[in-house]
Amino acid sequence: MIRLPLILFFSATLFSIGVYGVLARRNAVLVLMSIELMLNAVNLNLVGFSQLWRDLTGQVFALFVIAIAAAEVGIGLAIVLLIYRNRETINVNEVNLLKW
Amino acid sequence: MTSQEYAFVVLALVGTVAAVRVVTADNVVRAALYLVGALGSVGAIYLLLGAEFVGWVQILIYVGAIVILFLFGLMLTKAPIGRDALDNQSRGLAALVGLAILAGLVFLMQDAFGWNDPKVELAHATSEAIGESIFRQYVLPFEAVSFVLLAALIGAIVLSRRDEGS
Amino acid sequence: MFQHGEEVAEAAGSAGLTRYAWVVALLPLLSAAVTLFFGKRTPGRGWIYGVITVGAGLLLSLGILWHFVDGGGTYASSVDWFQIGPLHMTLGQYVDGLTAVMLIVVTAVSLCVHVYSIGYMHGDQRFTWFYVALSLFTAAMLNVVIADNLFQLLVGWEVMGFCSYILIGHWWEEHVNSSSAIKAFITTRIGDVPFMFGIFVLVAATGFATSNIVEIEHLIAGDEISRAVVSIAALLLFGGAVGKSAQFPLHVWLPDAMAGPTPVSALIHAATMVAAGVYMVGRLYGVFINADPWVLQFVGVIGVITAFGAGLLGLVQDDIKRVLAYSTVSQLGYMITLMAAGPAGRNAAFFHLFSHAFFKALLFLGSGSVIHACHTNNMSEMGGLRKPMPITFWTFLIGSLALAGVPPLAGFFSKDELLVALEHEHEWGLFVALLIAAGVTAFYTTRMVMQTFFGGYRGHGHPHESPATMTGPLVALATATLGLGFLGFAATGAPFFDWVFFEEPEEITFVVWVAALSVGVVALGIGTGYLVYRRWREPDPIAALGPAYTLLVNKYFLDTIYWRGIIRPVRDPLAAFVYWTNQNILDAAVNGAARITQVSSRGVQAFDQDVIDGAVNGIGQTAGFTGGLLRYLQSGNVQRYAAFLFAGVVILAVIFTRI
Repeated sequence: MIRLPLILFFSATLFSIGVYGVLARRNAVLVLMSIELMLNAVNLNLVGFSQLWRDLTGQVFALFVIAIAAAEVGIGLAIVLLIYRNRETINVNEVNLLKW
Repeated sequence: MTSQEYAFVVLALVGTVAAVRVVTADNVVRAALYLVGALGSVGAIYLLLGAEFVGWVQILIYVGAIVILFLFGLMLTKAPIGRDALDNQSRGLAALVGLAILAGLVFLMQDAFGWNDPKVELAHATSEAIGESIFRQYVLPFEAVSFVLLAALIGAIVLSRRDEGS
Repeated sequence: MFQHGEEVAEAAGSAGLTRYAWVVALLPLLSAAVTLFFGKRTPGRGWIYGVITVGAGLLLSLGILWHFVDGGGTYASSVDWFQIGPLHMTLGQYVDGLTAVMLIVVTAVSLCVHVYSIGYMHGDQRFTWFYVALSLFTAAMLNVVIADNLFQLLVGWEVMGFCSYILIGHWWEEHVNSSSAIKAFITTRIGDVPFMFGIFVLVAATGFATSNIVEIEHLIAGDEISRAVVSIAALLLFGGAVGKSAQFPLHVWLPDAMAGPTPVSALIHAATMVAAGVYMVGRLYGVFINADPWVLQFVGVIGVITAFGAGLLGLVQDDIKRVLAYSTVSQLGYMITLMAAGPAGRNAAFFHLFSHAFFKALLFLGSGSVIHACHTNNMSEMGGLRKPMPITFWTFLIGSLALAGVPPLAGFFSKDELLVALEHEHEWGLFVALLIAAGVTAFYTTRMVMQTFFGGYRGHGHPHESPATMTGPLVALATATLGLGFLGFAATGAPFFDWVFFEEPEEITFVVWVAALSVGVVALGIGTGYLVYRRWREPDPIAALGPAYTLLVNKYFLDTIYWRGIIRPVRDPLAAFVYWTNQNILDAAVNGAARITQVSSRGVQAFDQDVIDGAVNGIGQTAGFTGGLLRYLQSGNVQRYAAFLFAGVVILAVIFTRI
């Protein structure tokens, strides 16, 4: 028996760490990794609530999230590769053509 | 504090430390490896909670495939191996935002549940039951997700193709 | 807006063609407009419109006269045009025997002149315009003749004056022609002003109720207007006759008006416009008859002075047209004198007007033919023209005999009527004066004929007969002259006086001894003239009159008196004053307005540039400045964007859960 608030606290922690990582990291791949952290936090929430209410919907949804996360990483890395090909860098600070 | 809670706390701590190291490591490869740790701990927590299928899928897909993808990506983009400042100048703002989100989430959680309730009974969620659920109730989202995966597959191939003499 | 007035058909039968008298007046107006716009493009350059319309008018006028021959009565109708206060301005026609007769006079002479001018004005640079003015004049005169109210009459009166000015000055390139035109216009104007005031007095005396002639005469006859007012009105109205009909002292314009083309002289200054003054007196006879007796006496005195004085002036002229001009003035004087002799005299005056129009027009057109052939107006350069120009000679002779007063031509009958009327009224002074004047008329007429057609040719050209367009009208007018006399002769029933009468038709009596006396005087005049002028003598025998001759040649020095006494003292200071006003007041005002505009435009410019443009620029600058600041948000750094995104999400989430 685990208190739900603990699970939620942990997931919140992971999520905010992930947010920090998305906003602070320079390397695009690292940004993607931080996004994975965020997704995991969400999954943890889903599974926790699913076990609380004995409803498998949460876990099924968590599986879908995992699948989508995999697809997203695939595409994301393909884009990062393209950027690298074009710009010789994947430093997000240097991909700033929209700058004034 | 039951024993499961203790186990959970330990796993949570491991996961937290690993996550922190992901976002603060100087070495990109080390960050990827720390990611493995974070994802792994989460998977362990799934197992602890009794969601066996999700837990093993987590390990299998995330640790087994996605992190490998990350490593390949890092390799192909010639990620700087070695000590380097990998954070940009808006670290302060990012930390602020992260803390704000944490505070907000904790506050909401407090508002809804408090610290002690409800209590999660750890029960076994069988793969059979999950399979049933997927292929009966959620077959349509399942098909949609597989379609998304197909699109992502094709998209990734198209995107990363070199323009050969065209 | 238009309402039909009353129709008064006093005849036993229908109104006949009298209903359409206004058509006769309208047709030439239409032809004037058509000629003005289309004349130049019409083959023949536009004479055809005038000829057709006036010819149609003549036929219609004959039809209208037939109505009266048939015993028909007066016809009047009018339409209300607009109102000024209590006064209704109407357009109307009053058609009685007099109107019918006048219509024939005007259309017949006008038609002859229109046809004559085809040849006479051939090749003239303003040929079309000439015909426009002719038609317009004819329309105006016809309007005067049919007018049933004073204002309509005035309109026609003034338009005639204008056309006269235009036509006298037809060859305005020569200064003498344009100044003659101005002289004519201004002199008749001097008469027109009292005429207008006479109209105003009459209309005011009716209480501004009406300007209709018949109604006014009814009011006068019914003693509703005081005698003093009527006298003043009559005197003022007579002013118009003095001007228009060239009576003393405003006769000076008529001889100078001979500067215009001869057809113009024939139509306007012999037959019609100058007759308008006489016609007006006769039409408004109710006013004159009911005025104080001194008014008519005054009229008569003016008439006699004119008749006698102008007759004498005709003796000394070398220019054939001037002889005819003074003769016209003299004959008009006769008519005015007749007007002063009571209703019988009035009717006789109209008869004289009627016949005079024909034979004077004939004489003028004949003189035009002679002038056209000899290229000179002066009789001293003519002579012996009866052989090369037979038609002109015979028609001219007929006209001259009529003028002199030889029976059985028209002139005799009318002069005879005059003397009978005077004898009837026992005005012996006038009788003798006019008898002498008749002799003088015969004399100068003979002089004119002898100098022009007899003797040897003294000129330098090769005179030949004029073309048919010119001789045709001459023949027509001569025929009319021959026949018209009988219309007034007692022995043939004097039908003219069945048509023209004042209040009642009168019985015409033939007084033998008066006729014999006048014939005798005329014979004396003709005989003397024949004897004196049978052969050309240099200098003119008439110069034997000595100082009288000098006086006559200088036209009694009237022109000099007018020029030195009136015109120059008025014109010079007036011109200087007008010039000063123009420079210092009008120009100053205009310049001042321009200056104000300049200053205000500078003020407006400053306002526009600094305030308005400044505001617009300011807005632009603010937008630019703000944009310059806002662009820093676009860092291009995706993570920055994400950071703000997340922050926003957090805030919103908190808000939504708390609300």
